[in-house]
Formats: sequence, structure tokens, C-alpha cells
Amino acid sequence: MVAIYPIHLKAVEVRKSGKCLLGPLDLTLAPEGFTIVMGPNGAGKSTLLKTLHGMERVRGGTRTWAVPETEALTRQAFVFQTPVVMRRTVLDNVAYPLTLRGVSKPEAQAAAQGWLSVVGLSNAAAQRASDLSGGERQKMALARALITEPEVLLLDEPCANLDGQATREIENLLLNAHENGMRIVMATHDNGQARRLASEVLFLHKGKLLEQTPAPQFFETPQTPEATAFIAGDIVA
Amino acid sequence: MGDILQGLYEAGRLIVTLDADLLEISLRSLYVTLTAVAIAALIGLPMGAWLAVRRFRYRRSVIALLNALMGLPPVVVGLIVYLLLSRSGPFGVFGLLFTPTAMIIAQVIIITPLVASIAHQAIRELWAEYHDLLISLNTTRGQRMRTLIWDGRRALLTAALAGFGRGIGEVGAIMIVGGNIDHVTRVLTTAIALETGKGDFALALGLGFVLIFLAIIVNLLIHSLSQTEVRGRW
Repeated sequence: MVAIYPIHLKAVEVRKSGKCLLGPLDLTLAPEGFTIVMGPNGAGKSTLLKTLHGMERVRGGTRTWAVPETEALTRQAFVFQTPVVMRRTVLDNVAYPLTLRGVSKPEAQAAAQGWLSVVGLSNAAAQRASDLSGGERQKMALARALITEPEVLLLDEPCANLDGQATREIENLLLNAHENGMRIVMATHDNGQARRLASEVLFLHKGKLLEQTPAPQFFETPQTPEATAFIAGDIVA
Repeated sequence: MGDILQGLYEAGRLIVTLDADLLEISLRSLYVTLTAVAIAALIGLPMGAWLAVRRFRYRRSVIALLNALMGLPPVVVGLIVYLLLSRSGPFGVFGLLFTPTAMIIAQVIIITPLVASIAHQAIRELWAEYHDLLISLNTTRGQRMRTLIWDGRRALLTAALAGFGRGIGEVGAIMIVGGNIDHVTRVLTTAIALETGKGDFALALGLGFVLIFLAIIVNLLIHSLSQTEVRGRW
């Protein structure tokens, strides 16, 4: 099977009601790695991730995967900052993407049970998902994203609303998935988290891509004044 | 006050003695309205879901029209269905006029906009909640509609019950297309109208109370079967 990455964005622009949210931007992401997208609020992190996921309509420029778009879209998954909690049990929430693909209910539920034990939610399987805490909801969302065994996992600040313990658990799950060969692209504005996870950093500011640098180099010697200020914890104007 | 007490007494007597005529027209009332609600739900629920999920040019106008149709006057609906089904009308050959089927047709027309409109309100909220997930999972429009209808089923029950409420108490349309024929198309509401006209207020009121009991019982039954309000929000 051909890998879906590298993905190439060329002069890509995303606009909403006349405002330019992102770009024009050129970017190539290699088939391997743990890419962290950094930048202040409103820099376009979410928009970039949604563009990579094919959820955002691109105005101008091109976006090409190594495989046709329709195939690429089925081989990646997305985790949102605020997990979407379906009005079902935890087990059925996680099984949902498989049932969409025509997997029989018992089979999908068995798989969901397996992923729930991976994220440590086995005991909550029969609970209503709306009863879960914030950290548990995000772990459920992660299990729901992983169940289709995507090649590329995109995450939009998945730990923004979580405490230290839950954040650590999510990070460990992501590192494990990455070790098993999953390509991960994740947005965060948490410096510490970026240092712990990243193999490569994309730094966005005001919709423009200012840096694409291997992680150690980015944190040692950032090339732009904006990134330098951001890493130092200053407010980037 | 005396009339009302007399009516309550009459209602009690009819129920306790299991009056054969009462049983017959009550069951016919239920048959006509429940069938109409089932058909209206089959049309209205997917329609509500479709309107919530689909963006098209005249969407707002269609929704406004649907809301306006909730107030469709039953008498006028009855008249139009009468003209369509009468011997000289376009569907006259089916011989449906003055049958329970004609009454069901009229009630479906009255109830469907109500069911669709309430369903649309409920599903629109759920769609806002689910939007990002369903988009990111590459769902087809059919899958989205099915997911939203299934996960919103408790709210949609309210839509169906509202339809039942409008249908079971409706008299204008079914009087015209059904004709209130004894043992054929007489139902509770038309019987009440008839008895009132004849001046038998006690019997009319008795039937009226039976109608109210029936509506309450059906609602309670459906609520207890579906466990609404028992397990939180859904």
C-alpha cells in the first residue's frame, strides 16, 4: 500500500467571509515524524490542521497527497480540542467509525472494547459518554480516532482543557502510536508539550508559516524573532 | 356545573360498562390517528433531518413555509381532500371518500408539517453538536441523517406526540372526508360533535372525557416505554 504522505501544499489559501485565515502557504510534510504546530491564538493552527484533513475548502493553490484525495481522507483521523460526545454509550461512541464503514455491530464493538482497554477506559464501556470527565472524553475521542487504524492522526490542541495527569496519559498514548509508525500532526501552544513530543515544529503566525524546523534546532536556535519571543514566553504581537 | 358532573358520571358509566359503541369508536379514533402519525413520522422525520443537514438556496423559505403549514386549518384540508377523493375528483376511482383511509390521508396532511418542523428544530441542535465529527469521518448525507435521527430519537418522540395530540382531537377534516357514518367512520370527536348537536350534553361530555383520558394514557404509555425523563438528557 502506498503511504498517503508526503502531502504537498502549494500557495494554499483559506478565506472565510473575506478574511484570510491562512496562507498563502507552501508546505511539505514527510511520511514520517511527529510534527507539532505552534503559534499564538489565531495564528491559523486549527485551520492548517483542517486543511491537512481536507475539511477546509482551499481557495487558490493546490493540496496533493501521495494517493488520490478520497482515499487519503479515509486513511486519516482527527481529534478535536473539544471532543464530540455522541448520545450513546462509550463503547458505541468508539465503535461508530467502524459501523460507518459497514463493519457488523458485534465486530465493531469487540474492536472498540480493545481500544478502550488501550486508552484505559475498559470499565466505562457501558456508561453513557456524557457522564465521562473531560480527560476521559478526550481519551474516548482518541480511541474513536485510532479504531480505524489511520496512517495519519491530526490533533487540534487535544490537551488544552485537561489537567497534568490526563495530559500525560494522552501524551503517552500518542508517543506509543508514533512508535508503532503512526504519522502525527498536532497543534499546541504549550511549550513543554511541544518539547516532549515534537520531532519537527511548524511555527505559524498570523496565517503565515514562519518556520519548519527539526525540533531540537527550533528550541535551540529559532530563526525568526517571533518564534524566539514565543519560546521565551513573551507575547507575540 | 351540573352538566359537567353529569358528563363525568356518563364517562364513568360508559367506561365501567365497557359500552360496545364507545369501544368501537375509541379504537377507530386510535387507529386513524396512530396510523396517520406513523406515516407522518416516516415522512416528517427524514424531512426534518434533511432540512437540518442540507444547505440549499431556498432552505429558509422552505422552513418558514413548513412552520406556516403547522397552522393549516383542518377544515380546509378536509375540503381539499374531499374534492380530490370525490367521485368526480382525480382520485375518485379509488372510492376512498367516507372511509377511514380518507380520514388518515387528511390527518397525514395536517400532521406532517408539525412533525417535520419540530423534528427539524431538534435535529438542527444535534447537528451543531455532531457537525465536526460527522464531517471529519467523511459521512455520506444518508449516514448523517440516520445518525442524527437515531441519536435524537427522544426529542423526535416529542414531535410524534405533538402530531398525535393534533390528530386525536381534530374534528374538522375527518368530519368532512369521513362523514361521521355510524359503525364506519364515526370516531370520538365526530361523535361528540353529533351528540352536542342533538342536545345530549351528558353523552357528549362523557365522550369528551374519554377522549382526554385516551390522549393522556397514550402519552404516558409512550413515555414509560421509551424511558424519557428517566435517564437524564437522552
